[in-house]
Order: sequence, then C-alpha cells, then structure tokens
Amino acid sequence: MNTVAVENSGSPLGEPVYQLSNVSKTYARNLVVALESVDLTLTKGSFTSVIGSSGCGKSTLLKIMAGLIPPSSGRVTLQGEPVKGTRRDIGMMFQQATLFPWKTAVENIVLPIEIRDGKAAATKALDKAHELLEIVGLKGFENVYPNELSGGMAQRASICRMLITEPAVLLLDEPFSALDELSRDMMNMELQRICREQDATAFLVTHSIQEAVILSDEIVVMKPRPGRVAEIVKVDLPRPRTLDMMTTPKFGEIVDYIRGLLDKGEGM
Amino acid sequence: MSDVQSGAPAPTQDAEDTVWVQEVSFIDSVPRWIAMSFVFFVFVGTWQMVTYFEMVSPIILPTPWETLLDMIFVGKNLLSGGYMLVSLWITIQEVILGFALAIFIGFSLGILVGETAFGEKAVMPYLVAIDTMPKVAFAPLFVAWLGFGIESKVALAAFIATFPIVVGTAAGLHAADENARMLFKTMGATRLQTLFKMKLPTGLPQIFTGLKIGAVGVMAGAITGEFLGGGKGFGELIRVAASQLNTPRVFSLILYLSLVGLVVYLLVMFAQRKIVFWHEERVGAHD
Repeated sequence: MNTVAVENSGSPLGEPVYQLSNVSKTYARNLVVALESVDLTLTKGSFTSVIGSSGCGKSTLLKIMAGLIPPSSGRVTLQGEPVKGTRRDIGMMFQQATLFPWKTAVENIVLPIEIRDGKAAATKALDKAHELLEIVGLKGFENVYPNELSGGMAQRASICRMLITEPAVLLLDEPFSALDELSRDMMNMELQRICREQDATAFLVTHSIQEAVILSDEIVVMKPRPGRVAEIVKVDLPRPRTLDMMTTPKFGEIVDYIRGLLDKGEGM
Repeated sequence: MSDVQSGAPAPTQDAEDTVWVQEVSFIDSVPRWIAMSFVFFVFVGTWQMVTYFEMVSPIILPTPWETLLDMIFVGKNLLSGGYMLVSLWITIQEVILGFALAIFIGFSLGILVGETAFGEKAVMPYLVAIDTMPKVAFAPLFVAWLGFGIESKVALAAFIATFPIVVGTAAGLHAADENARMLFKTMGATRLQTLFKMKLPTGLPQIFTGLKIGAVGVMAGAITGEFLGGGKGFGELIRVAASQLNTPRVFSLILYLSLVGLVVYLLVMFAQRKIVFWHEERVGAHD
C-alpha cells in the first residue's frame, strides 16, 4: 500500500535521490523495535515531511538517514551509494541553530568545509558563504558573532552552513520549533523559497501538521510501537505555497485527514 | 495601579494619564564605589574603636594607624629593593611556577578524565579521593622529598591548584550539547577535531572557573609551604614577624601578599575576557 502511494506521487520528473527499502532498527540494548520495515523514496527537488507522536521512530529514521547510526536491516542508498556513515552530501539542521559563539557567522558557515578539507579550503569557500548569507537575507551580518543574532537569524545562518557543502539531501530536525509562531511561519516560507532556488531535496521531521502540509509534497505519517509508516499522504496544493493557503478548505481537509490518522494511533 | 482600574470603566476624553512613580530601591541608585567605601569605613572605624578603647590587647591587634605606618615602611623597603623585595620575588616565583605546573598537569588530567572513558572510569575516582584529602598535610612530605628550597613550595602550590583545574576542564568537556556533538559527527569530524574545535572552546568558561579557583589556591599553597618548610620567601617574613609579636608587620605583609594574589586573579580574569569574549560573566559569580 505504501509503495503504491510512493510510486504515483512526487514531482513527475524527479528521479530518486534517497531510497530506503525495508529498513528496520532494533536497539540491542532493550530489544525495542524502533523502526519496522520502512520504505521511502525521496525524489529530486521534492519536500517530504515525517510526522508522528513521540516514540514513532522518526528520530531513529533521521539518524539512520544521516548516517549517524546503522539500520538493523534493510537498504539505505543516497545517489546510488549505500549510506555507511556520515557523508558530505547529507546536510543536517537541528532544532537549535548550534552556531559556535567563538566564530563569526561566516566562519560558522564554512565550518563544515574547514572540518573536511582544512583551513585553506574554508578560506576559499568564504565567497560562497557570503553569497549564501545574501540568499537567506543576512547580508551585512557576515562578521557578526552568533550572540548578536536573533533566533530566526541564527537559524538562517545554520541553513547556510547546511547548504555550503551542496548536499544532495537536506535533513531537517524540527528546525524552527524553537522559534515563536510568527517567525516560524516566515522561516518556513523562506525555507520553501531556498529549497526551490537550490532545487534541494528536503526531509523534514516536525510535530506540526500545519507546517508539514504547507511545506511538503508528501507527508509520511508514522505510528509508534513498533515505529512504522502508517501512510504516505500526498499534498497536491499548488506551488509556490503561501501562508494564505492555510485558510483554504483544501488545506483544512488534508490537516484533518492527517490528524485522523494520528489519532487512530493514539488508541494503542 | 488601583487608579488605572477605577478609571477604566468610563474612560473620558480628558482622563488623566496613567503616570505613576515606580519605586527604586535605594541601593540601586548608589554607585558601587560609594557602597564599597561605606563598608571600608565601617570596618576601619570598628577597628579603630576596638583598639582605642583597648578592648583587645595592642599586641594582638594593632591600631589602623600603626598598620598604615608599617605598610608604608614595608612599601618603602619593597620599592627600594630591600630584603623584603627579595623575599617577595621568591614567593612570586613559587606562585608563577606552581600555577604553570598546575595548569599543565590540570589541563592534561582534565582532558584524560573528561575525554576518555578510561580516564573517567579508572582515573577520576582516584582524583576525587585525593581531592578530598587535606592537601596542606602533604607539605612535610614535599619538604622531605624536595628540600627547603622553592621546589617544595612550588610542588605544594601546584598540588593544591591542580584539582580545580582538572575538575573545570573535565566539566568543560562535558558542556557541549547533543546537537553540537551530532553536528560534528555529520560533518565527519575526527575525534581530535571534535575535541579542539568544539569541546574545548565550548568548555572554556568552566575551564576558566577552574583556573580562577586554582589561582587562589596557588597562593595559599606557596605561603603554607613557606610556613611549614622554611626558606626565604614572604611567608617566612610573616612567620618571623608573628613570632616577634610584631602584629602590624604581619598585617601589612599579608596586605601586600594579597595584592600579589589579586594580580594573579585579575590576570586570569583578563585572559578570560580576551579569550572567552562571547561569555559574559557577572562580578563575583564563579560561572
């Protein structure tokens, strides 16, 4: 059932970038099945969200996709190559901006290059970091220390840090949930714009159904104990999405449908 | 406040502005230096009273005036390069060497304990055990091992100052949050890169807290070493003055000594301001 939903969804031209087939994860420590046979395909330029109550395995899924932990079974391939550990074509972003206070904004952004290729390469990447800062609307804040940035600005900078290595897939772990609602809506629209401009393939973990619906082409609804995919919901709202769409009946319908799916899981 | 409520039900065109005076506590309006001078004068005043009415024997407690005169005498001796300066220089050397040694050992042990599982499991319990011992009691041992020269004092000073630096460094290495660790992992950072580019800089505030506690301890260690192990340092001058019941001298020597301690502390604080520029610290707070 899930596979059917995957096959006839997504942008028609998109080729698969990230593929998971039959991925399971059992933690040896306590024999908890965190993830049970998950199949998932992210196509080029698509935006996919995963939503579910706590314990549904979404953080486990994200960690496997980031190459931070291995699956117990199943295949995980990015751009045709199996994911065995962290890779530079995987970009990641967290709930906290996690900028380092002893580095300026631009130095924080080239940090992934500094770690992988050394100081000289990082210096060369400065131009690109400046361009990225301009894209996210932080021009003029290049040499500012993170202490002086607001929460939203810090998250913009951390978007740049994620993009600097030109990753094939962006893994977003509730990136704006620490922000207030107004900034959050605004950042979500920014994220959409940036993803479209960069033709990025994004995978978002979120707790907010609205956020998932307004951003995504597909929403993976997960259920706990054991963590598994309940359904993959396609969102056929036109692009680019605007905040106004959140008041349309269609939007409400999809939100209600997903809420229904999540509530069913509650009963267990 | 009640004015606002009574005016609220029927707001009229010419209603009065809701302006009221917010009370500010008196101490908030007093500059720090005045408050500090106040405490100083109360202290010296009490001191003067106690000595004036001879509530305490003059041998035990000199008058403030006597102490001041003696401070001037000692100050002249120090400035003219007299024997006291020679003694002070010995003590300063002990403090500098002791602190440098403590920083080196403390930092190394701190990284061992804070970064490696082996250090945390196998070494930390011993450090905690040694830390709970009264370290001053080791002074006779250091004298026996290293003699009456400055070596035994350096050893005791370093011994006392090392532990807060170990604890500060180890705590600092644990200060990085889960996201930062994960981020470094996703960037493919090696263990050394994670240590030097993330964990150590993140832990600098805690490391400096340890250094500041150590800076206080190093002074105590050097002087205790001199009390118990002789030598020609400032502590010896204090001991001799005390044995001659020259209490004004003891007081003024202690005051000059505390200046040295203060300078060491301020140097550490200055370094912290420069290096950990992103971390603001309140006066008097340790972290």
